[in-house]
Amino acid sequence: MSTAALPVTAESIARVRAALDGLTDPEIPVVTLAEMGILRDVRPAADDPALVEVVITPTYSGCPAMGQIEDDVRATLQRLGVPARVTTQLAPAWTTDWMTEAARDKLRAYGIAPPGRCSAEGSGPGERIVRFVPRAPEPVACPRCGSTRTREVSHFGSTACKALWQCLDCREPFDHFKPH
Amino acid sequence: MDAVATDTTVLVDYLLHLGDNALVLGQRNSQWCGVGPVLEEDLALANQTLDLIGQARLLYQEIARLQGGDVTEDTLAYFRDAPAFRNYVLLELPASLARVGYAQGDMDWGVTLARNFLYSALMVPLWDALQGSRHEPLSAIAAKSLKEARYHLRHASDWVVRLGDGTDTSHARMQAAFDHLMPYTQEFWTASDFERAAVEAGVGVDVAGLRDVWRATVAATLQEATLRVPSDQGYVPQGKNGLHSEHLSYLLGEMQSVARAHPGAVW
Repeated sequence: MSTAALPVTAESIARVRAALDGLTDPEIPVVTLAEMGILRDVRPAADDPALVEVVITPTYSGCPAMGQIEDDVRATLQRLGVPARVTTQLAPAWTTDWMTEAARDKLRAYGIAPPGRCSAEGSGPGERIVRFVPRAPEPVACPRCGSTRTREVSHFGSTACKALWQCLDCREPFDHFKPH
Repeated sequence: MDAVATDTTVLVDYLLHLGDNALVLGQRNSQWCGVGPVLEEDLALANQTLDLIGQARLLYQEIARLQGGDVTEDTLAYFRDAPAFRNYVLLELPASLARVGYAQGDMDWGVTLARNFLYSALMVPLWDALQGSRHEPLSAIAAKSLKEARYHLRHASDWVVRLGDGTDTSHARMQAAFDHLMPYTQEFWTASDFERAAVEAGVGVDVAGLRDVWRATVAATLQEATLRVPSDQGYVPQGKNGLHSEHLSYLLGEMQSVARAHPGAVW
């Protein structure tokens, strides 16, 4: 492309966005980065009108997929030949509430119970956490049979963002994407 | 310019303290990776270690940005010796009681979880308050870390109750773990010079002001666990000022050896 010195246009932004919309989460390949809320923005860079700025946000501080995600974004940008840079932005902190409905349906179909809404989770410094009982603000439905008679086996699962659950009706274990 | 330089020094020390806490506890807890008591708990501690090392990285990256030059997150983690670390001594202690040695078999799950509990009971209100830091990158890191600290507190509390209110053996061992660790928590409440300066500058939080919240969490959880809250008298550790126990150098020796044997190596 020979657009290097030209200001970013709405059209080039749209091109970048369309290309990035094809990128999926490396650990959950059925949902895209945009659906996950990891891809935050595609915009002209404030300090350089000829540059497209792609803003991504980490999910968990130590999410090992973040490096891969950044590499995928860079590779896509390079393929497009559009001058662009990738910015990682922390604030406001990523929350599963940004996940789209489409993403929730795809997770369920993939065998992962989607997260409930976060508002009821954790209520500040005075919070009392004492007894060993699984608690979720909303019932977690089994992604296989739909039953809400489920229990948490472990709050920590195969990746930072998931907990390990089991259905008490169909007896199948499943992953639950934690509200975060 | 002088004022700016001083501010940066204070900020760097303060961020180092938070980052070193996370890195050192993360490294300690990573020692359970592959030898956890059950698979779920092995994964749980590995997950939390990832969170802690992730928090340390964010803090070190911010320091590197502030300091510029050749400083990177890796030079901070791998090329500083024990006296330059500003973590609480509590976090560098082996996962065992004072009287036993260093072998893998001496690792004590009760000590590990009691420590995680005492630390995360502090970090939940501390990260919460740090969201109001005037240094915006720290405020952003605090907001992310708070969510993770809540999981860690919940996990540790569950285990404190489960083992404290468990069998005679598990009760006695959990009590011994708290008796051993509690005196080290005194370090939380005695502000170092850089903490005082950071509070004054509006970038840090006065931890002493969180003591009542912390005590309430500890009292409620230990009561539920049928455990006694031990006294916290005696020597006040000063890890924040670089005065560490002998254990930190061993921990760093293990963690830093590869990076120092092959400086600048990449995968």
